[in-house]
Amino acid sequence: MKKKILSMGLCAALTASLFAGCGANGGAATSTETVDTSGELTWRLGGIGPITGGAAQYGQGVMNAIQIAVDEVNEAGGINGYKVSFNFQDDETDPQKAVNAYNTLKDWGMQILEGTVTSGACAAVSAETYNDRIFQLTPSASSTSVTEGHDNTFQICFSDPNQGTVSADYIAENSLGTKIGIIYDSSDPYSSGVYQNFAKEAANVGLEIVATEAFTADNKTDFSTQLQKCKDAGADLLFLPFYYQEGSVVLKQAHDMSYAPIMFGVDGFDGLLGVKDFDVSLAEGVYLLTPFAADATDDATKNFVTKYEEQFGGTPNQFAADAYDGVYILKEALESAGLTPEASNEEICEALIGAIQNVNYNGLTGEGMTWNEKGEVSKSPKAVIIENGGYVSVE
Amino acid sequence: MKKLNGSTRKLISSIAIIVVLYLVMNGMQATGNLSSLMSGLLVPVCAYSLVAIGLNLCVGYLGELSLGHAGFMCVGAFTSAFFSKMYQDVIPDVPRFILALIIGTFFAALFGFLIAIPVLRLSGDYLAIVTLAFGEIIKNVINVLYVGKDAAGLHFSLKDMMDLGLDLDGVVLINGAQGITGTPRQSTFTIAVILLIVALIITHNFVNSRTGRAVKAIRDNQIAAETVGLPITKYKLTAFTISAAIAGVGGVLYAHNINSLTATTNNFGYNMSIMILVYVVLGGIGNFSGSVIATVVLTMLPEMLRGLSTYRMLIYSIVLIALMLFNWAPGILKLREEHGLTTKQLFGRFKKKKEVQ
Repeated sequence: MKKKILSMGLCAALTASLFAGCGANGGAATSTETVDTSGELTWRLGGIGPITGGAAQYGQGVMNAIQIAVDEVNEAGGINGYKVSFNFQDDETDPQKAVNAYNTLKDWGMQILEGTVTSGACAAVSAETYNDRIFQLTPSASSTSVTEGHDNTFQICFSDPNQGTVSADYIAENSLGTKIGIIYDSSDPYSSGVYQNFAKEAANVGLEIVATEAFTADNKTDFSTQLQKCKDAGADLLFLPFYYQEGSVVLKQAHDMSYAPIMFGVDGFDGLLGVKDFDVSLAEGVYLLTPFAADATDDATKNFVTKYEEQFGGTPNQFAADAYDGVYILKEALESAGLTPEASNEEICEALIGAIQNVNYNGLTGEGMTWNEKGEVSKSPKAVIIENGGYVSVE
Repeated sequence: MKKLNGSTRKLISSIAIIVVLYLVMNGMQATGNLSSLMSGLLVPVCAYSLVAIGLNLCVGYLGELSLGHAGFMCVGAFTSAFFSKMYQDVIPDVPRFILALIIGTFFAALFGFLIAIPVLRLSGDYLAIVTLAFGEIIKNVINVLYVGKDAAGLHFSLKDMMDLGLDLDGVVLINGAQGITGTPRQSTFTIAVILLIVALIITHNFVNSRTGRAVKAIRDNQIAAETVGLPITKYKLTAFTISAAIAGVGGVLYAHNINSLTATTNNFGYNMSIMILVYVVLGGIGNFSGSVIATVVLTMLPEMLRGLSTYRMLIYSIVLIALMLFNWAPGILKLREEHGLTTKQLFGRFKKKKEVQ
């Protein structure tokens, strides 16, 4: 009898687990929703990004930052008198999962999408939002494939071509190096995108690339081979267009083999100083591109960083700052278009496409940001150098 | 009516179930009762089901473990998407999709054939090792492959985009790690279901054909099969090539359902191969309809669990373990048998009730 009960219980548990999901999926009651929407009309803002898997830290940063901004906006009376509810879905950095997440948000009644976080997933989702006419603003997907041919998709971060070109120009103008070595992640759209544009511009401005070494997501724990090759080729400047996690390893290993070229990272290097068990002194003199410094002293940044640290712990990186700005950019565009949540998705989308191009926004990640019809932001990447454990503007 | 044997009857009933489900889903979609999430999942589920059927043929009937079926899926996906992208403005939609389907299937089969030639001559678990390596190689090759098209024709490179030397008006078709973007979206649920049914019929007929019986004989006892004069390599090759081709069809469907096709560990790497193996094992090795059911349940499950937020993948793994134990643990199987809870007994009870009515 006991066994029978046990087996019945197991059966019940399994079926229940299947159907419990169904209910949540059909209705609006997902646990990630953040504002009590009992009958009240709200703006429905969706977010997509990786909150599990290898890139989880970027997705979580964006999710937390949007949360902070949404809470602030709601406290101050919402947008055009309506509160904002926010729902963030996981995509595990996978295009197919991102589309699933997008469909989940559509079922929830999403009107505006702030996402997705990574480029590959974003390209898949922006094709969907384009067909469904839902306005999309991505905080951190920098590839051009995201915005190309999609008039409803806008970027808050600067695009890959922009970063690669600006880096090459900057290096050439300031004659930081003559022989350039490049290490990049060939399995990552972001890294290879920046690399290609850098190499293109480098040829134009007369920089000599002496070594180009690639690694992939599957073997990113040891860079000694790539570093050795760059060293043998006599590179006096290393261009490193990838994320800070791998960046910290490269810096450590270069130091161990007493190879000390000038290190030049792009925006992915932001966060380098917060890596656990990383000797920050190794990062001295590293150049990187970032629109945001967490230790800036202006009130807006201080407010954001303090709130972030209080609520979620850890220091926010620039993606989080981009995402935080995104909510306010949407607010400004929605206010100037005079919209209410009663409008249909198409109406909101068409109105916002026009309105965002008239927005001139001062935020954490730049002054006077404007957008062109291609969906690109006007802010230009600024180079900073790490000195005494902090960012110092080089201009 | 001619008397049908058991397995044919089972095939017909599973096809009937698929057709009924198809009609129900279509009805719901037409009346707007189907959530966007569900309608978005219809084609991927069919694509994964196809790959699972392909792998089941390899694991269940050939008796060889393959850990690289995501690799064959990847070959099918990329070759067909490449073709579709290349002739997007030249060939009209329908014939282009049919050609893409043929091309994707053909290349997946070709790669399966090439790999099988040396490996299947060996006995042991070599196929698992080689296919595992194959899947990773394919993924990494695509990540560094650049193909562009301009007035002068096609340009290939394994280095980077600039190395292609394209004209100003040239287009990059495969852009390394950024993969193929802008594949025309042509996979519909109808096409997917038709392909699924065709694959079920083909595999069913194959395993019950003269070749299929030979393959099963080889699986059960290779030496005995050799002594009666069966050409081992030929039969093994046939079975494995068909298996790879079906996985390729799944890849074609997948590629024409998504705008951005990239080869990452999650969708075409080792993880996906293991995932498909899980579908096969959970659905029952050698049971094609079982593979389809397991695929449907396991693809839907993580999406259904979205309400649990960050605990989603944790719960998913626990449910997976529980399902495996429930299905295969000897103790639990015995328990289920004692209490009339095995699938057979449940079906039996159902049938009896019907007869009583």
